[in-house]
Amino acid sequence: MKTGAKILVESLVHEGVDTIFGYPGGTVLPIYDELYDSSLRHILVRHEQAAVHAADGYARASGRVGVCLATSGPGACNLVTGIANAYMDSVPIVAITGQVPTTLLGNDAFQESDITGITLPITKHSYLVNNVAELGNVVHEAFYIAGTGRMGPVLIDIPKDVQTDVVTEPVAVPEKVSIRGYQPTVRGHPRQIEKAASMIAEAQRPVIYAGGGVIASGSDAELMRLAETLMIPVTTTLMGLGAIPSHHPLNLGMLGMHGTQSANYAITECDLLIAIGARFDDRVTGKLESFAPNAQVIHIDIDPAEIGKNKAVDLPIVGDVGHVLKEINKKLTEQKVQGPWNGRLSEWKRQSAESEVFDTSLLTPQYIVRTLSDILKGAGIIVTEVGQNQMWAAQYFSFTRPRQWITSGGLGTMGYGFPAAIGASIACPDETVIDIAGDGSFQMNIQELATVVQYDIPVKVMILNNQYLGMVRQWQELFYEKRYSYTEMPSVDFVGIAKAYGVPGICVTDPADVSDAIQESLSHDGPFVLDFRIEREENVMPMVPAGAAINEMILGDKR
Amino acid sequence: MRPHTISVLVENRPGVLSRVAGLFTRRGFNIESLAVGTCEEPGMSRITAVVIADDDIIEQVKKQLNKLINVIKVSDITYTDHVAREIALVKVAAEAGQTRAEVMQLADNFRARIIDVGTRSVVLEVTGDTGKIDALVSLLQQYGIKELVRTGKIAMTRGSKTVSSKK
Repeated sequence: MKTGAKILVESLVHEGVDTIFGYPGGTVLPIYDELYDSSLRHILVRHEQAAVHAADGYARASGRVGVCLATSGPGACNLVTGIANAYMDSVPIVAITGQVPTTLLGNDAFQESDITGITLPITKHSYLVNNVAELGNVVHEAFYIAGTGRMGPVLIDIPKDVQTDVVTEPVAVPEKVSIRGYQPTVRGHPRQIEKAASMIAEAQRPVIYAGGGVIASGSDAELMRLAETLMIPVTTTLMGLGAIPSHHPLNLGMLGMHGTQSANYAITECDLLIAIGARFDDRVTGKLESFAPNAQVIHIDIDPAEIGKNKAVDLPIVGDVGHVLKEINKKLTEQKVQGPWNGRLSEWKRQSAESEVFDTSLLTPQYIVRTLSDILKGAGIIVTEVGQNQMWAAQYFSFTRPRQWITSGGLGTMGYGFPAAIGASIACPDETVIDIAGDGSFQMNIQELATVVQYDIPVKVMILNNQYLGMVRQWQELFYEKRYSYTEMPSVDFVGIAKAYGVPGICVTDPADVSDAIQESLSHDGPFVLDFRIEREENVMPMVPAGAAINEMILGDKR
Repeated sequence: MRPHTISVLVENRPGVLSRVAGLFTRRGFNIESLAVGTCEEPGMSRITAVVIADDDIIEQVKKQLNKLINVIKVSDITYTDHVAREIALVKVAAEAGQTRAEVMQLADNFRARIIDVGTRSVVLEVTGDTGKIDALVSLLQQYGIKELVRTGKIAMTRGSKTVSSKK
């Protein structure tokens, strides 16, 4: 005799879950009662949105499925942004929500909302469990769907009576999931792989364009083998940072709207574009017709719907990036090694490096991120909020490994960073976890300071505080005649706020203090807040205006 | 752009229709008609959707539909030899007398059946392809159509081939 709540908790343990992030409420009381003496660790956040972002950060840092739990109605609705965020970035999470009892479903009952309906377009799949006998199987399927193929969020909505209903006969849950309508293609088509190998061998100016799929599939080693065997330069998307070390000689840097000159010029002039686990997002391609205009395109992706969605592809390969790269690499070992574009790339890389010079007599965000990077020497996990802080972190931190970089790419969710950093820190307790924040974004989930204190989660928040919604201000400066409409946010005493929650902090106004302040935060055993009062109107450069070709970059004033 | 007839085999689960219909709306695909019902396999339904779009958009429609977990099989049968039918019920203003006689004559020409007769109207049932129904409807307009209901197109490939094989 087991209740639904007990089946749920046991199933989570069976799936290997060690921690869930949640917030209790009326319709999840039976589940919380079951958690009371369960081995599962539960982190009580201060807002449901933080629970789903934390589950997301946990998943990205660990490569495992993240789990969050919320009550019906407002609790479930507060998960929506985080579910959409996980969907856009293909992050495996299972979101569990309570629901009003089945007898009240559809009655506009207290705290009822149709959460499976609301999240239909932003989940990989969802379940409304009507029968307790199905629950065990549903949980097993949900984890399988979330964590295989193109990963993504799965929602399980459980009415309160289903949580208290009892199964008298144990229901067998088969270990191997078999879903007729869900059979992701893992192995690439051999003939396509053969063709890819010969196209790559014949190309004069090939470029690899690597996205988040490389990180998700854990295929960075195969990627490096491909690049190094034939000396093919690599550019990564925002989601792909860490797939190749920042300092690797073949790394051109990030491409797209705030990409490097070397990456964007190389894309424009390449004759073969090898897109790997990437989806030709508008922030990457700029004007589509001018994106890799002279190139043949090979596109490797696990999701067939991404092939040809935005850009016409000459050679599609549907499959797991790791499997496909391995097969391609097998065929390449005999081929001749090509020269890396006869010195043109190194010239562009030199230009890119030149534009990275910044004035160290001012408190610039670039200097702060670079200093952090130098201190950490390639270690740590960098989580970001969204906006200028995110782009400076992407541009100026030197990454050494995959899953070291956690950012809201597709949805661009302000307020993501801090709770995601909590999740990352729980997943990787031995890593230093930094949330590079803006003063706007941090205030969207600032209440989580209470959570990091309660559980002593040693996340370091570095606020690049310009008292503006900086990225919007930058667009207003460049494209709206400096009409700063509602983007100014007067100074907040972040150190005082942190202190009130019980978190120590330092406010930094002088560039000479940057290094010491960062050192102090890192040596402190626990959470810490650094409030850097940066140059207020510093811009993220280079920049490709929306809709322009990616080689038409604004390079900005060189400091 | 041309109408494409897409046959979708789905698991008969709660919400499957909203998933399919929602996907069309969300991705900006234009549905001309949608017909749903159970089919030869227990627990399954077949949806016939008519979508007006270019071939490359249809390719994207098919791929996106295939991503839905409850979708078993998607076939664009537009270019396959197939039969297609639609049913319409038309309530036409037709007082007894000359008008009614004309309406009944038209019905006869289109092999439509009169399934209800009132004092001031008749209800016609017509089965056929979309073009035939459009033609009858346009001819009936001169008498005054009080109400019109169409099922949307259902379709099936000719010969022994089926669209229910595994995805």
